Amino acid sequence: MNASGWAEILFTIAVSVVLALPLGVFMARVWQGQSTWLDPVLKPVEGALYWAFGVDSKKSQNWLGYTISMLAFSTASFIMLYLILRFQDLLPFNPQGFKGMSPDLAFNTSVSFVTNTNWQSYVPEQAASAFSQMAGLTSHNFLSAAAGIAMAAAVSRAFAANRGEGLGNFWVDLTRISLYVLLPISIILALIYAAQGMPQTLTGHIDAAGIEGGKQTIILYPTASQEAIKQLGTNGGGIFNANSAHPYENPNALTNLLEIVSMNVLSYACVVAFGVLVMARREARALVVVMAAFVVAASAIVYWTETQPAPAMHAVHAATAVNLEGKEVRFGAPSTAVWTAATTGASDGGVNAMHDSLMPLGGGVAMFMIQLGEILPGGVGSGLYGIVVMALIAVFVAGLMVGRTPEYLGKKIEAREVKFAMLAVLILPLTILGFAAVAAVLPVALKALENTGPHGLSEILYAYSSAAGNNGSAFAGLSANVPYWNTTLGVAMLLGRFAYVVPVMAMAGSLAAKPKLEPTKGTLPAHGTLFVCLLIGVILILGGLQFFPAQALGPIVEHFQVLQTVAAQH
Amino acid sequence: MLSDIRPAIVSTILFTVLLGLVYPLAITGVAKLAFPYQAEGSLVRDSAGHVVGSALLAQPFAKDEYLHPRPSAAGNGYDPTSSGGSNYGPLSADLAKRIKGDAAALRQSTGHVQIPDDAITTSASGLDPDISPQYALLQVDRIAKARGAAADEVRALIQRNIQSPLFGFIGQPRVNVLMTNRALDLALPKGQPKRA
Repeated sequence: MNASGWAEILFTIAVSVVLALPLGVFMARVWQGQSTWLDPVLKPVEGALYWAFGVDSKKSQNWLGYTISMLAFSTASFIMLYLILRFQDLLPFNPQGFKGMSPDLAFNTSVSFVTNTNWQSYVPEQAASAFSQMAGLTSHNFLSAAAGIAMAAAVSRAFAANRGEGLGNFWVDLTRISLYVLLPISIILALIYAAQGMPQTLTGHIDAAGIEGGKQTIILYPTASQEAIKQLGTNGGGIFNANSAHPYENPNALTNLLEIVSMNVLSYACVVAFGVLVMARREARALVVVMAAFVVAASAIVYWTETQPAPAMHAVHAATAVNLEGKEVRFGAPSTAVWTAATTGASDGGVNAMHDSLMPLGGGVAMFMIQLGEILPGGVGSGLYGIVVMALIAVFVAGLMVGRTPEYLGKKIEAREVKFAMLAVLILPLTILGFAAVAAVLPVALKALENTGPHGLSEILYAYSSAAGNNGSAFAGLSANVPYWNTTLGVAMLLGRFAYVVPVMAMAGSLAAKPKLEPTKGTLPAHGTLFVCLLIGVILILGGLQFFPAQALGPIVEHFQVLQTVAAQH
Repeated sequence: MLSDIRPAIVSTILFTVLLGLVYPLAITGVAKLAFPYQAEGSLVRDSAGHVVGSALLAQPFAKDEYLHPRPSAAGNGYDPTSSGGSNYGPLSADLAKRIKGDAAALRQSTGHVQIPDDAITTSASGLDPDISPQYALLQVDRIAKARGAAADEVRALIQRNIQSPLFGFIGQPRVNVLMTNRALDLALPKGQPKRA
């Protein structure tokens, strides 16, 4: 560990937060249907799309209508993606002549991209045509992100409303977020990425002779355009198997910085936009502080673990300055640490190092960030509604302690809202621990593991955490491309996204109908140090404690094994 | 509910066209014009114009006169159709065995006892094009001997090829193996026909 490493970590996180301020203000304008400087180009496109969809853009939907529209859209886009992947052999831009994906793999991959998880059971360079990468995966990187942000907009409107009903129009939100936010930023990023060395071509593959005669088949994709929205939309699905550790997906320190910033910035921006809509800027700032504090803490821990002696290296008296197994030289420990925290905190799931080869506690922290509920800062949109759920529970707990009816942002929090909030919060542990417990004793599931013992348990636990948290990163030693894993992980992804968001939307509907109250002397201020500490406590206890026993059997046991092994080498 | 069917289907189709075809193809067109070298994968060609590799992808080098890359877990090694790491956990017995063997071999070939971490660990991609300056400089004597050149010349050339971190503190210093090996072939040829 050194000063320049710490500077890199703090600088990266600071840039993500600072850029979120103007972006969040802009996002609020987009949510509210206000004019933007992009109108001259995009307004006609927007109008034409509403006309083609046959929707009335002025009509606001109640929570149920909004949710059903979202589910209808997700279903249609799932079917579209499934068909593209299943029948890519019949579609254009397939120079390698890849076959269609098998039914369980096409199911897993479609669910994965529609739920913004982007778990990948397949090796892209051996299974995905350029058409599948573009029309299938790139477009879903946009759409699952836009759907997530749309629901954040709806939840924000619920808090802004005074005895209201409408939460906005899903089709309008989906369209405006795609056109005005995601597309323009992606274009800028894609061009920078292409200039920095990410390929952008339909060539497919090219044979290289090698200077010493070592022949290689180099695989090429329209990479820059997909990489841009992959991180911006907290998707994280690799264009190549090695994801953003692949030099084509992440050629240098600048692209690495931009990718980390872009995978966090819109999640923070959603909170800023929430603050603008609800006129609660101080409260929004408190949420951003909590999110960023976790990312800083997680980065610091991973930076520390990855600069501890790795047993296999220590045994041969190598330098052991950094645990470089599964890491790239151009990134080293600090870039890897801040990336790992950002990608697991944000439900992105892209990796620039192999998490399976992290030191035990490094991998444990990565897993823990996912298990805390993907709210730090969370996926685009989903991070906002996730942390708002936690904030409601925090003020509820505080209310119980002093015996007052809790309020948050002028809305009375009563039994109904807390029930919905708890329903949402319990989905994650139920799905993760339930599936993991079954897999840990099922021979058909255990066959897929690369490592045994506590590390094997970590592989299982990480896989279901990643799926249910809609993260998508992996302890990649797990060979998940078999029907059992494809199917159960697919179900975990569906539960993590939809079984979570439906209660949240019901909660939003109930909040919207309530009158907006003025704060009184008895109102707990939802900003300031007390609230920040309270929220951190609730996140750790509620989100974290449920997973502590499982963590203790996986990463924590392994950590002590490592200490023991290294000590015995002296 | 029924009223959602049309927008669901039409929006999926139109957005697939706009975001899945128009956007990436437009970027492809612009990139081809503005950054043709990068857009095609930073391909490196020999004097006859044949592709010998990519500046961004590691390829195998085993001869004494070349810088050697990090070990690779991509397929059977350096396979761009199968990028990835070993995925060994820190206590994996297979990892310990591999590292022990590689460390012994490296100590023998370089004559140095101190081994930098990157020399005996596989990267995340298996295609890491870079090595650390320490690992590059460790190979100076072997390269100089094989090329019949002065060690100082080789060292100076490698030092010129060290890329510094962005703004001095983002990322790590590194040496691109392929580009440095080409520079070696140009500046200090081995006295036999070469494919520079």
